[in-house]
Amino acid sequence: MAEPRRIVDMTGAQIADAIARKELSAREAAEAALAEIEALEPRVHAFNQVTPELALQAAERIDAMVASGESLPPLAGVPVAIKDNMNLIGTRTTCSSRILENYESVYTCTAVERLLAAGAVPVGKCNMDEFAFGSSTENSAFGPTRNPWDLERVPGGSSGGSAAAVAARMAAVSLGSDTGGSIRQPGALTGTVAVKPTYGRVSRYGLVAFASSLDQIGPFARTVEDAAAVLQAIAGKDPMDATSVDEPVPDYRAGLEAGVEGLRVGLVTDMLEMEGCAGEVRAAVENAARVLADLGAEVGEVELPMSRHGLSAYYVIGPAEASSNLARFDGIRYGHRVKDAEDVLDLYMRSRAEGFGPETIRRVMLGTYALSAGYYEAYYGQAQKTRTLIIREFADAFERFDVLLTPTSPTVAFGIGEKASDPLAMYLSDVYTIPLNLAGLPGISVPVALCSESGLPIGAQIAARHFDEATMFRAAAALERALGLDMTPPLVAERQR
Amino acid sequence: MAISESDVRHVALLARLALTDEQVRHLTVELSSILDHVSEIQSLDLAGVEPTAHPFPMRNVTRPDVVRPGLSRERALLNAPEAEDGAFVIPRIVGAEEEA
Repeated sequence: MAEPRRIVDMTGAQIADAIARKELSAREAAEAALAEIEALEPRVHAFNQVTPELALQAAERIDAMVASGESLPPLAGVPVAIKDNMNLIGTRTTCSSRILENYESVYTCTAVERLLAAGAVPVGKCNMDEFAFGSSTENSAFGPTRNPWDLERVPGGSSGGSAAAVAARMAAVSLGSDTGGSIRQPGALTGTVAVKPTYGRVSRYGLVAFASSLDQIGPFARTVEDAAAVLQAIAGKDPMDATSVDEPVPDYRAGLEAGVEGLRVGLVTDMLEMEGCAGEVRAAVENAARVLADLGAEVGEVELPMSRHGLSAYYVIGPAEASSNLARFDGIRYGHRVKDAEDVLDLYMRSRAEGFGPETIRRVMLGTYALSAGYYEAYYGQAQKTRTLIIREFADAFERFDVLLTPTSPTVAFGIGEKASDPLAMYLSDVYTIPLNLAGLPGISVPVALCSESGLPIGAQIAARHFDEATMFRAAAALERALGLDMTPPLVAERQR
Repeated sequence: MAISESDVRHVALLARLALTDEQVRHLTVELSSILDHVSEIQSLDLAGVEPTAHPFPMRNVTRPDVVRPGLSRERALLNAPEAEDGAFVIPRIVGAEEEA
C-alpha cells in the first residue's frame, strides 16, 4: 500500500499505530475526519447526525492516555461512524424514520459501547433505509445517500450511509447491521470490506430490531485487517442479549498472513449461473477463485439449489418478524404521535401511518398478512421449513469445503430511482446474501474488481462455518493481497489532488 | 396469489395502520405481486421437515433473580410524546358510557 498523504486516507491500523508512536494525536485524526465530513457530506449525505463533541471528547481521552503513558486500546483514536439504528447516549437514534425523528438514545448499544471502549472515536450516525428495509438507502425519510464512486448511483443498503462514509474516507471504519445483506451488499457496491458475523457472535442489545432471528451487527472497513480488528472489539457474549453465544473469540488478526494453502474453497456455480447475475460480476468472482487456486487453495464446485428459495423464505420470515418488532412504535412511549386522537386505536393507527414510510408500511403489511389466521402455515410455516433445508444444504457443503465463494450482489451499483418503483426488483439485490442470514452463517464481502465499463466496484462474498470468521478473514486477506486493487473512488481522488 | 382491497383493509387494521384509499389500491397490487413471487415455496415438498425459528438450537437462558439497576424513570420518559407526574399520558381508554 502506498504511503497515505492525508490522515483520512490512513487505515484504522495505521492511525492507531501513528497515535501510539506519538506521530499523530487522536484529536488530529478526529478533526481530519470531521473536516472531511464537512467537505463531502453535502454531496454524499452519509450521515443523519455528525457528533463533533462526542468525537473530540473521545479523542481527548485517548490523547490523555498517550500523555500519561498508559497502554492504549487496540482502536485508539480510530474514527468510526455508526448506523443510525444503534443507540448511543448523546445521539438521536432515528432509524431514518419520521416516527423516530427526534428520538434521543436512553442507553448505549453493547457493540457501540465495546467499540468505544476499544478506543474508537464516534464521528456520527449514518443514514440507512428506514428501519433497515431496503437495498439502496433510498427508503430513508431524510433523503438518499449517494455512492462516492458515482453520485448518481445508490451505495446499496440498508447500511448505505455506513458504507459510503468509509468509502469516502469520512471515517476509517463503521458499523452496520445485516438482516438479509444490509452490510455485505453496500460493501460490494462501494468497494469496501464488509462483514456479517455468525448469528450470535455480536450482541444485538441496543440495535433497533428488524428481524430478531436474522439481525447481526458487523463492520465496514477499507482493509480486511481493520474489519477483523473491529469484529475483535465487538464480538462475544453479552448478558443483555440472550441470543449472543458464549463461544471464545479467537485473535482474528493473528491468521491474516497465513495464506490459503490447502484451504478448500467451494465456488457456488448455480449462483453464478443465476439469471440476473451480470457477466462482469460472474467473471470477477471466477477470477477470484482462480487467484485463490494459484495461491494454493483447493478450489472445487458446489451447487446450493435450496438457497434459490432463500429470497422467498426471507420475504416471509423477515417481514413477519418485523411486523411484530415494529408493533412497539405506537405513539405511546416514544416517537411520533398525532395530536388530535379520538381514542387509543385512532392514536395508534394514524401515528403509525404518518410516521412510517412506504417500504416500512409494505413490510409490516406483508408480515402481518403472512402471520394472519388462515395464511400462517402456507407462508410462515412453509418458509420456516425451507429455512431448515437451506441450513442442511450449507452443512453438507461445509463437509466438503472450508469456505464458499459467491458474488455479493448480482450487479454493480444501480442508479438512484432505477428500482425505486419495483419492490421485487430491489429485493433481488440480496439474492446471494440472504441465505447466510437464514442459516446464521458468517460472510464477508471483499472487492475483487472494478467493472471495465462503469469503473464501479464488484464484490465477492466468502462464507464460512458458524463461528469460523477467522478462516473467512484469512481467505479474504489472501485475496486482498493478491489482487492489490486500488479502491479509491473518483470523489476521493479529487480530494487527494 | 391475488389479494383483494378488502383483505388489505383487514390486514391494515390488524397492523394498526390508517391507510388512505390510494395506499390501499397501491398495496393491493404490490402485495399481490410479492406474494405471487414468494408463494413459489408452497410448491416445495416439505412434508416431514421440521420448521426452523432460530439458526441454532438454543435452550432457555436464565439469570440469577437479583435486583439490578434498570432505566431510570427520567430516562424512560425522555422521549414521551406527552408525560405528566412521572407517567405517560394517553387518550382515554374507557368510553364515557362504560364509565357511567
